[in-house]
Amino acid sequence: MSVLEIKDLHVSVETDQGTTQILRGVNLTINEGEIHAIMGPNGSGKSTLAYTIAGHPKYHVESGTIQLDGEDVLAMTVDARARAGLFLAMQYPVEIPGVSVTNFLRTAKTAIDGTAPPIRTWIKDVRESMTRLRMDKSFAERNVNEGFSGGEKKRNEILQLELLKPKFAVLDETDSGLDVDALKIVSEGVNRAKENTGLGILLITHYTRILRYIKPDFVHVFVNGRIAEQGGPELADRLEDEGYDRYLAESNVN
Amino acid sequence: MSAASARTQASTKPAPSPALPTAEQHGIKEHSDGRFGYVPVQTRSARFKSVNAADFAAVTGREAVWKYSPVARFTDLTAGELDGSTYEYTVTDAPGVTVDWVGRDDARIGTAGLPEERASANAWTTFERALAITVTGEDEKEITLSRANLGSAPRAAHTIIEARPFSHATVILQNNGDARLSENVEIILGDSANLTVITVQEWNADAVQLASHFATIGRDARLKHIVVSLGGSIVRVNPAVHLAGPGSDTELLGLYFADAGQHLEQQVYVDHIAPHTRSRVTYKGALQGAGARTVWIGDVLIGPGASGTDSYEQNRNLVLSEGTRADSVPNLEIETGDILGAGHASATGRFDDEQLFYLQSRGITEDEARRLVVRGFLSEVVQKIGSRPLEDRLHAAIEAELAVTEVR
Ligand SMILES: Nc1ncnc2c1ncn2[C@@H]1O[C@H](COP(=O)(O)OP(=O)(O)OP(=O)(O)O)[C@@H](O)[C@H]1O
Ligand SMILES: [Mg+2]
Repeated sequence: MSVLEIKDLHVSVETDQGTTQILRGVNLTINEGEIHAIMGPNGSGKSTLAYTIAGHPKYHVESGTIQLDGEDVLAMTVDARARAGLFLAMQYPVEIPGVSVTNFLRTAKTAIDGTAPPIRTWIKDVRESMTRLRMDKSFAERNVNEGFSGGEKKRNEILQLELLKPKFAVLDETDSGLDVDALKIVSEGVNRAKENTGLGILLITHYTRILRYIKPDFVHVFVNGRIAEQGGPELADRLEDEGYDRYLAESNVN
Repeated sequence: MSAASARTQASTKPAPSPALPTAEQHGIKEHSDGRFGYVPVQTRSARFKSVNAADFAAVTGREAVWKYSPVARFTDLTAGELDGSTYEYTVTDAPGVTVDWVGRDDARIGTAGLPEERASANAWTTFERALAITVTGEDEKEITLSRANLGSAPRAAHTIIEARPFSHATVILQNNGDARLSENVEIILGDSANLTVITVQEWNADAVQLASHFATIGRDARLKHIVVSLGGSIVRVNPAVHLAGPGSDTELLGLYFADAGQHLEQQVYVDHIAPHTRSRVTYKGALQGAGARTVWIGDVLIGPGASGTDSYEQNRNLVLSEGTRADSVPNLEIETGDILGAGHASATGRFDDEQLFYLQSRGITEDEARRLVVRGFLSEVVQKIGSRPLEDRLHAAIEAELAVTEVR
């Protein structure tokens, strides 16, 4: 049984104006197979949390811990975290000119498994995943994310999720920029990954519409760098109706 | 960006003049010089040319053509006596392609261009025989001409590559071993010829090469010209392409990887003379290690007769470590109002940390991620070479360059 545990996490970032505090004491525990949705206003620090878990060098952990099955994640390099089983589907996936999707996927899979995947089954796996995500075959030979539409980039993230089989995935606004059909296809991909591998998921979103397809076990309201409230799926509906004003007012009083 | 150039006779007077406009000023500003007074703005085509080294003043390093080069390190090539004798080469066979030494009186000599600086003129003055590659026949074919035993004494060379009308071929010039070489390469394309010339510099670490390539392209003919510079201490390859025939077309590609202490330079000149001509210039380079130095100058001249020209040039450099320097100077002169398009782009960027993060977040180690990105960056050019064995070999050579720097 895998667990990802975040305790009292404080994170800052260097800006032109000096050091800015962004995360102010995040506590969150995700067990294998659980889906946690995080919802919160723009700029509240959701992506910062995602990047900090993945180890982006811009974000400085001032205090707190992140542990994966008791291992100190914060002590690991970015690539070691991925090899330990963490995955971040990015809000804005990066273009890698000159590196084909095929080459990239094979290199990543080899890095994560420690050995090259057996050619025949690997090619079949890639092809099947792409078909299910309705990605045209031609994407395999294109450069990673180069010239991809917003929706195509998101599908490419989920393709990697399916193939790399992490223990925990952070999905940072994977739903934004997707039309209804694409949203369904991408959600099915996430659900498949969960069924096949018992993936634990941290799903960051602004909207409840993705939660119709990916059912959260827990919903967390993220405001001003910390979790302001948590509940079940019903909390998401309330947020959609009422917005975050209530929490913002509270956090301003603090 | 574009500048209508002033054209005055004075600028073409055959006086040895170190007072050429500097690269940045070229075509834009006037430039003064104490000895000669004002020298007016000079269009690229109006540069002084001569086949006699003595017609050029001693190289100072202030000249437009030399200002980025370490001229003190090759005075033997610009001012010394060169060995102009024939040398050893090997060449692969292909039907319709002949390779032989020809005399200085060969009618083709001087038809593609003339020296614009002293090292080039010095080689021209000295060479005894020219090595002529003559391509005939419409079937596509490829030859590789290799030089690996030029030695370390200063020498001159002259090469002619003639593609007869309607002929089709790829000519690979493969350079290895030692060299202190100043040379001229004339490339002549007859009407409707389709020629690819690839010059690969994988010299030994001490080698110095100063090469001028001159090309003239006939009606509806197409030249793909590729400069790959990896090995050598100082490697300067300057292609000048004259789009002389209506509908002629050229694609100029370059790929370079400068390690610690290496100077790799290319001055590219595209001269649109005839109407409906097209040019694409793409040079990409990587720099890694203390003192790694690259220079790219890209001059495009769209002459008064070149209506309907379509032109684009770009240079991109990827800086992989501290202590390197990449100069990138695009110049565009337009002398006709009637063009299809003309543009340029030049960028020198550090290794992109976001790309590195993305790859690492997929489990790929930092070293491997760097290799992927550099290989990817340069592969845009490698992929266009069109000779599969050479593409594979260059990919391997680039990996080797990266491996060398990892050991440091
Ligand atoms: N690299 C950075 N440099 C400077 N400021 C940053 C950086 N990253 C985040 N911030 C700031 O930290 C705050 C939180 O940003 P973050 O991207 O985590 O918010 P978010 O909750 O993901 O917002 P959104 O819903 O718009 O995606 C913002 O005020 C943002 O401007
Ligand atoms: Mg965000």
